[in-house]
Amino acid sequence: MKHIVIIGNGISGVTAARHIRKNSKNQITLVSGEAPYFFSRTALMYVYMGHMEFKHTQPYENWFWSKNKINLKQGFVNRIDTDNNCIIFEDNTSISYDQLVIASGSKTNKFGWPGQDSKGVMGLYHKQDLEQLEQFAPNNQVCKRAVIVGGGLIGIELAEMLRSRNIPVTFLVREKSFWNVVLPDQESEMINRHIKEHHVDLRLSTQLREIKSNDSGQVISIIIEETGEEIFCDVVGLTAGVSPNIDFVKDSNIVTGRGIKVNRFLETNISNIYAIGDCAEQQEPMGERKAIEAVWYTGRMMGETLAQTICNHRTAYHPGHWFNSAKFFDIEYQTYGWVWAKPKENEARFYWEHKNGKMCIHLNYDKNTHEFIGINNFGMRMRHAFFDKVLTKKKSVTYVLTHISDANFDPEFYKKYASEIVSKFNRENNTSIQLKKKSWKRIFSEA
Amino acid sequence: MKRIQNIGLVIFLIGLSLFTGTIFTGSFHLSPSALDAFIIEKDYQNEIIETELTKAIVTDNPLTIFEFSDRVRHAYEVANTHYDSLIAQYDAEKNWDKKGEQYLYKIYGKPHTLSFDLAKIAGKGYVKAYTGLMWMLTFGLGILGSLLFILPDLILLGKAGIKNDGIYLEASTNRGWIAWLVLIYLVSFYLLLYFMPDYVVNWTFIVDPISLFLNGSLASQWFLYGFLYCMIMVVMALRMYIKYRDNKYQVMRTTSVLFFQIVFAFLIPEIMTSLNMPGYDFKNAFPLDYDFFFDWNLDDLRNSGSIGLFILIWGIVLTSVIVPVMVYFFGKRWYCSWVCGCGGLAETLGDPYRQHSDKSLQAWKLERWLIHSVLIFSLVMTLVTLYCYFTGMPSFLGIHSQWIKDSYSFLIGAWFAGVIGTGFYPIFGNRIWCRFGCPLAAYMGIVQRFKSRFRITTNGGQCISCGNCSTYCEQGIDVRAYAQKGENIVRSSCVGCGICSAVCPRGVLKLENGPEKGRINPTDILLGNNIDLIQLVNKREK
Ligand SMILES: Cc1cc2nc3c(=O)[nH]c(=O)nc-3n(C[C@H](O)[C@H](O)[C@H](O)COP(=O)(O)OP(=O)(O)OC[C@H]3O[C@@H](n4cnc5c(N)ncnc54)[C@H](O)[C@@H]3O)c2cc1C
Ligand code: SF4
Ligand code: SF4
Repeated sequence: MKHIVIIGNGISGVTAARHIRKNSKNQITLVSGEAPYFFSRTALMYVYMGHMEFKHTQPYENWFWSKNKINLKQGFVNRIDTDNNCIIFEDNTSISYDQLVIASGSKTNKFGWPGQDSKGVMGLYHKQDLEQLEQFAPNNQVCKRAVIVGGGLIGIELAEMLRSRNIPVTFLVREKSFWNVVLPDQESEMINRHIKEHHVDLRLSTQLREIKSNDSGQVISIIIEETGEEIFCDVVGLTAGVSPNIDFVKDSNIVTGRGIKVNRFLETNISNIYAIGDCAEQQEPMGERKAIEAVWYTGRMMGETLAQTICNHRTAYHPGHWFNSAKFFDIEYQTYGWVWAKPKENEARFYWEHKNGKMCIHLNYDKNTHEFIGINNFGMRMRHAFFDKVLTKKKSVTYVLTHISDANFDPEFYKKYASEIVSKFNRENNTSIQLKKKSWKRIFSEA
Repeated sequence: MKRIQNIGLVIFLIGLSLFTGTIFTGSFHLSPSALDAFIIEKDYQNEIIETELTKAIVTDNPLTIFEFSDRVRHAYEVANTHYDSLIAQYDAEKNWDKKGEQYLYKIYGKPHTLSFDLAKIAGKGYVKAYTGLMWMLTFGLGILGSLLFILPDLILLGKAGIKNDGIYLEASTNRGWIAWLVLIYLVSFYLLLYFMPDYVVNWTFIVDPISLFLNGSLASQWFLYGFLYCMIMVVMALRMYIKYRDNKYQVMRTTSVLFFQIVFAFLIPEIMTSLNMPGYDFKNAFPLDYDFFFDWNLDDLRNSGSIGLFILIWGIVLTSVIVPVMVYFFGKRWYCSWVCGCGGLAETLGDPYRQHSDKSLQAWKLERWLIHSVLIFSLVMTLVTLYCYFTGMPSFLGIHSQWIKDSYSFLIGAWFAGVIGTGFYPIFGNRIWCRFGCPLAAYMGIVQRFKSRFRITTNGGQCISCGNCSTYCEQGIDVRAYAQKGENIVRSSCVGCGICSAVCPRGVLKLENGPEKGRINPTDILLGNNIDLIQLVNKREK
């Protein structure tokens, strides 16, 4: 029986622990400095917005851990002693391990802005950030305005949160359009409009110069880089991305870059130490994927994979087709395969948008072979299994459009746009694709 | 806008206070002739009751309803005690003939019901005299206030989308003092309605004209309840339409429950009564309709000619064929969330409280014990009743027919379905009865779990374990526990309200009817990971 120690009880660490338990009798210790029980970081926003209480973000009841013999240890790890196989906590206590899994996640990026450590300046990542926000922005009397710096997924979530309490929000976005490094222009523009519709003061192509605070160190305003304009505010949200949370690893013999360097088997340079989730950096990126993928799903998949290796079934991390999802205020977004912000040389695009401006799909396919490459869908839901199969089987865009009714995942009775979409494609491309009726048989046939 | 809402709230509270206040108004006493007529109509053999009631309520001295009720119930008791002592006496003398005879003289039924019936004719006062005005001041103000409170949300809540902001920050929806007050009011309301209807006889005066118009007789407390039920559902359905206007499924199913409540549960039975037929709710399926096989109902149906026969056959076919077949094709949602009256109230009045259902494993265990016990209870009761009905015996398997019927009506019919089922909405969630008590739900649940095309499909690996679905599942299903494993949700208790799907921010859940094959799909590794790994692990699990 080995003692497996896992640093971090986020989705990666917890998934690894659960699967190790399923496949072995190893002793498991799950360490966390943040919260005693696993909670869903992605749901922090809903706690502030009053949709849920914090306890609802915890996917397992508290008895789950002891029942499954997963020891929980609360404490902040200061150092890893790879020679003696132990981790050392803040209070100088230590735990020794046979195998160590580092799943310490991310931390908020701070780019050395003057005043970035003032009171009322915060990221949105940890549970403590939520508590800070509750303290500094309980309502629009205490917080008369908030400024959010950084136009990504977390930034827009923070904007939605603050707006739910009617707090005026100024949203600084460096790019010329929201999340334009990932989203193509059309989708990005749609979200720009939607952000404004929610009464957010959206400033595109705008960066932060400095944060000003008063004598007691409390933020009072920010200065905009481009114009020098001063915006008075009580809270500044820093949401310009995250980076691996690995300061406590830096002094050890474990090789790090931006994150903890791992090979395809999620192994670090030290033979009994592994890294998964947001904090892991692939030595060589896989295909089109980034070396660090800070998303929920990849953390989970790494956990699933690593558990196999630890349970004596050495398995390479080899994720399937890319997918992701998010929600921008009221507009849901899903993506399957790749749709780059800018088309590549060999790519052709097809874009359809509903006249209400809140719904669209964007297809990406090969110009020459017509092989389907990816889809963005906004304001409408699509079936993961459908696109996974299509991508595996390298089906054409014609196939996708013919069978788009199989892919639809909207609730029953929702208006369907399949024929409108297909006829637009036919019109633009001089094709005569015939829409097929939804077929359960096809949906369920094996890949 | 906010101001309009506040005005609405004040108007609503005034209406509610006036409504509540009417209980204490009016005066009650009878003339000798009116009492005479009453006794003749009731055909009492009891010789004492008339004297006793005369002493009690034939007076020039106006009584409040509470004094009136006290006196009537006292008279009732005295009248019956007289015969009880005679019974004891003949029993001692072993004079069986005489003893048996005394039972015929006793009065049966609940004392409060006798008091209600008398109060109906004895009542005088402002409420009874000015029903139209009083209707406006109570129901009217209540509705007006609610509308002023609800309609501005169309603008205040902003663009269509999920509207759960602040639910856990407000005393009304987060088990705060407002919620407790509502609970107390609702529980008191049900206690009065079920057990002390005479105390609220004034309320029935207000709706007498409507009752007269619909069925030709004065309003009983049940007519009042039915009417109020429909009103509340209409008003709260408007709230649903506004809140879920982005979601066609919600709009359709709200319209459907509203239709079935108003037309099937309320209007058709009333009209049938006015045509001298048995008033029957054609959608109310046994065993939810637990007294369908009670002797009085069977007698009633048998004496009603072809319509009675039709109802009898329909009732049997509904439960034995239509219900399971529909559950097979659509899941139990076709009934619970589209047709049922209890479900209808839960989905309208109860919607603000849906998040309070307990999601723990413990609660799930309790649920399975309770609901199946009630199902068995109802079936045993029916078996005993039918046996006794056809054989004329008083009991079967050692169970006394009247006793088990009374116990069920009291414990399940009144307390569980009414007082607790609805009264506890604000604190324990809106589907307590549907989840823990309803025998029809238990029956449909078994079909749904083992033989149905319905499931909630989980969209591959898209779940982020946020917990919105579980939080807002009124049936206390931990939806996330399945979704985060990539597993479809196939649960006997799911009423297919579709809210989990609506509130999911990642488009993970879809209520669907499809082939049974692949409906239940346990997964270990989710879609999106290495295909070989998925296959390997799933094979190993098998
Ligand atoms: C607001 C928000 C919304 C998001 N929404 C989405 C989304 O919609 N979809 C999506 O795919 N992704 C989303 N993400 C990203 C996703 O949440 C992360 O990718 C994921 O949580 C990473 O999981 P992890 O297990 O790798 O790390 P984490 O969840 O960060 O867990 C790491 C844990 O380790 C602990 N830890 C770190 N260092 C130490 C130490 N030295 N000692 C002890 N404990 C330590 C941390 O305190 C933490 O509890 C969101 C993130 C945020 C912040
Ligand atoms: S699982 Fe979903 S559809 Fe079923 S009862 Fe719960 S919330 Fe409603
Ligand atoms: S609401 Fe959706 S994303 Fe959130 S836990 Fe439920 S299924 Fe998963």
